[in-house]
Amino acid sequence: MSILVIKPGIQTTIQDAGRTGFQHLGINPGGAMDLRAMQTANALVHNPSDEAVLEFYFPAPVLQFNAGAFIALSGADFKASVNGTDLPVDHPIYIAAGSVLQFKGKEKGQLGYLAIQGGVELIEWLNSYSTNIKAAAGGFEGRALRAGDELILNTHPKSIRSSSECSILPWKAFTAPFYTNNPFRFIPGKEFALLSEASRRLITTESFTILPQSDRMGYRLQGPELSPTERREMISSAVTRGTIQLLPNGQCIVLMADHQTTGGYPRIGHIITADLPGLAQKGIGDSLLFVQTDVETAENLLVLQEQHLQQLKNACNLQLDAYHRH
Amino acid sequence: MDGAPYTMYPLGDQALTIELGNTIEEPTNELVMRVFHQLQKTPPPFVLDIIPAYSSITIVYQTAAIRKAHPGQSAFDQMKEALTLRLQQTDEEDFRHRLIEIPVCYDPELGPDIETLATHAGISVDDVIRKHTATIYRVYMIGFLPGFAYMASVDPAIRMPRKLQPRPLVAAGSVGIAGEQTGIYPVNSPGGWQIIGQTPLPMLDVSQESPCLLEPGDLVRFHSISLEEFNQLKKSRNV
Repeated sequence: MSILVIKPGIQTTIQDAGRTGFQHLGINPGGAMDLRAMQTANALVHNPSDEAVLEFYFPAPVLQFNAGAFIALSGADFKASVNGTDLPVDHPIYIAAGSVLQFKGKEKGQLGYLAIQGGVELIEWLNSYSTNIKAAAGGFEGRALRAGDELILNTHPKSIRSSSECSILPWKAFTAPFYTNNPFRFIPGKEFALLSEASRRLITTESFTILPQSDRMGYRLQGPELSPTERREMISSAVTRGTIQLLPNGQCIVLMADHQTTGGYPRIGHIITADLPGLAQKGIGDSLLFVQTDVETAENLLVLQEQHLQQLKNACNLQLDAYHRH
Repeated sequence: MDGAPYTMYPLGDQALTIELGNTIEEPTNELVMRVFHQLQKTPPPFVLDIIPAYSSITIVYQTAAIRKAHPGQSAFDQMKEALTLRLQQTDEEDFRHRLIEIPVCYDPELGPDIETLATHAGISVDDVIRKHTATIYRVYMIGFLPGFAYMASVDPAIRMPRKLQPRPLVAAGSVGIAGEQTGIYPVNSPGGWQIIGQTPLPMLDVSQESPCLLEPGDLVRFHSISLEEFNQLKKSRNV
């Protein structure tokens, strides 16, 4: 009962909802970059929302299933196929033992997610399965997957089917409410007021491009040079996922899942949580537009997404029950 | 909180920062640690993380869960109210700072910048060691890397700015100086601090339930060990 990694992909890691409660020790929360894709994939296979999943960039991994499994792909569409059959994202899929799952091309998005019913057998680190590469802990041996790694599947009776072919179940998760395209909404940060009036205007009138030095820690942006009205010596304090920091060269960085817990650069804004899944699916060279909003609006949008997730989970469970009774 | 002034502001839509000052000073940080310990002991509901820094504390919370429990008001306002109430209560219990002794080998082999720093300071390497080990430092906050403690205050005579060009690799355990701060790299990492020595103690041990040797608010004293002692301690840990 295992999955063999034939090719690792450029960066395939185990992620879950993240590691909370240890930021005072400098241990960042990590977790899936696109939490909604992780939750969607888990909902489709009747897993708890925060079950550990595989997160991958393109080129994506090639995985051999040594046992039958019930899986779902969500997030980016990398044109998955198994033994010649194309697999869609956001559908539940039965995979037959011996199948080789591979990804043929970058159709849409940046980060793909694979959920397997029952999850993968792993050792928790500080209450989470997320991979913390800096601490070399969590996930699979605290690192990205390599060729030859074998992921042991937690056995799940419903996953096992005698059929030698894979079967794509006919329902599809509706994920549109999770994804914002441009413009991305931000709440002004503590140091927003320090920006010159012209700079504050530029944030919402100009576009920003994601630079190649971007990764799970943060997205470096190339945009109009922003300038504070005064150069104030900043004292480090906590930062969070979505925080837009102004670097000394007048350019911005948006902090992502593996951000440091503290920072000393001016915080000009915070991308709202509801817009982070859409941002996670943007990649190097993509342009971003920003628009200002407030805390109350951001909270309301987050609540709406949570409600949609709950509906999605209910719908997935109903479909699956009906299918099994059939 | 003895009526100390503070401000609260949102840090995005799932966190809030309490700012108690805008300086790196012991009395402010003492207040930060008091509030940190009080909140850690009895956190308000739906709090995920409490992050103390030099002069602020950030509380990370579950917005959706708070709104589900009490839909009428924004999660930020609810958290702000709960924390304001907490800050009005004075914590009777005196929390005590731990004092942690950390052995450091100041041999130039492990502290490649100690000679440069001595030259910069216009004193001998031995004096640098004497001054670095004479101070009891306070862990003002932990950040940058898992378990990286920002400690102050370094004796003015041995302060030196960060390197202009960071090293691509600083070894785990390396002890550095950056201005008035001193710190220990818990893992191999790029880094710009002036490296004056190395401790054989693991600052981050992922096999432990408390993975970091230092915690916010700890007091730290370094003592000098020889290269032989360093190697011995390092070897005994690896067994």
